[in-house]
Amino acid sequence: MSGSELDARRMLCPMPVIRTQEKVEQLQAGDTLTVFCSDPGAIHDIPAWCRVNGHEVLDIQQQGEEITIRLRVGEE
Amino acid sequence: MSEPRKAVALISGGLDSLLAAKVIQEQGIHVEGINFYTGFCVEGHTHAIRKKDRARPKRNNALWVAEQLGIKLHIIDIIEEYKDVVINPKHGYGANLNPCLDCKVFMVQKARQWIEAKGFDFIITGEVIGQRPMSQRKDTLPVISRESGADELLLRPLCAKNLEPTRPEREGWVDRDRLHGFEGRTRKPQMALAASFGFEDYAQPAGGCCFLTDKQYSHKLADLWKARGERRYELDDIMLLKVGRHIRPRPNFKMIIGREEGENRFLQGYRKQYTHMLTTSHPGPLVLIDGDAGPDDLELAAQITARFSQGRDADSVDIEVHIPGGEVHSLQVQPMPGAAIPRDWYL
Ligand code: SF4
Repeated sequence: MSGSELDARRMLCPMPVIRTQEKVEQLQAGDTLTVFCSDPGAIHDIPAWCRVNGHEVLDIQQQGEEITIRLRVGEE
Repeated sequence: MSEPRKAVALISGGLDSLLAAKVIQEQGIHVEGINFYTGFCVEGHTHAIRKKDRARPKRNNALWVAEQLGIKLHIIDIIEEYKDVVINPKHGYGANLNPCLDCKVFMVQKARQWIEAKGFDFIITGEVIGQRPMSQRKDTLPVISRESGADELLLRPLCAKNLEPTRPEREGWVDRDRLHGFEGRTRKPQMALAASFGFEDYAQPAGGCCFLTDKQYSHKLADLWKARGERRYELDDIMLLKVGRHIRPRPNFKMIIGREEGENRFLQGYRKQYTHMLTTSHPGPLVLIDGDAGPDDLELAAQITARFSQGRDADSVDIEVHIPGGEVHSLQVQPMPGAAIPRDWYL
């Protein structure tokens, strides 16, 4: 199990979601991924994407413009 | 028991694709969704830019639909490949620069490749005969099936009863009797079906699923192609067409003027790529200059910039012009009166 990072800053939705999806495809169940982004839409979209695809959001933090979302990859 | 059959549903985020997927799911088929991102999609963008919209970020409708259905959703970036669809549509455009028929063919073709790769059995869409003038006509639905190569594996659950049976129906994977025969522009049958499933609060996009059906947007895209002398675009170009006020005072350059704080902040992200100007004596917008502007052009652009600043009634306004690479010029100009800007400069 390992932790990876993804820089999706300055991307507008749904690009942060698409890049997250592409990254998750390369990871294993149980791995964690930290996504850095700046489009506030991602606060809604990345968790929604995780819910429908069976991944778990561990933590969401927002500091000014910067949003950090940590998730754990689900089974399959 | 044998494995259930598997279908992929094209999910636009609108009601029809939601219903089509639900109808098939109800028949015990395993359904997953696929959503294509072309760069022109109405989803997402502009709400993240304008300040007044930032406080309440809108949901992504395709994800919302997937959640209602409890299905997986795969969002696929087709930005690069889609350019050829927009630039050279074999079947031409609709009322604006929307190449709907070619777009549908392309998306179903991508879905066909997807089901082949993932071992799915068929494809479903929310198309309804007669619902849209270009892509959803009795004579164009077969064109989509044929040219996409999906042929008999493309099922339209909302109007299947008005079409020849497809393979999923003939093989008994789905029960044709429990499909629908919707036709025409009315939305009533869809709304009744939505109510029967208990769906509320679904998105009802007016013109279509993308900016290409928007008249003003298409006008700006056509202007971009004309000014460049070729039909070509990058993602940044089509994003910028969604933001700010666009004014073309001369054929060789146009101005993109931020209308409020959120847009100004968004445009700032392009400062390194574009010549841009800002007012220093008064609060004002950030303005990007797209094209090849000489000193004389920049003087004119500065007068227009001043017009959109809070110094519009002042005798003179100080402007800083930043050229990519770091060069900075200062100008002092008289704001151009609003009435002196011809209507047809506005794109
Ligand atoms: S409205 Fe846009 S996305 Fe929808 S079919 Fe037409 S071109 Fe394609």
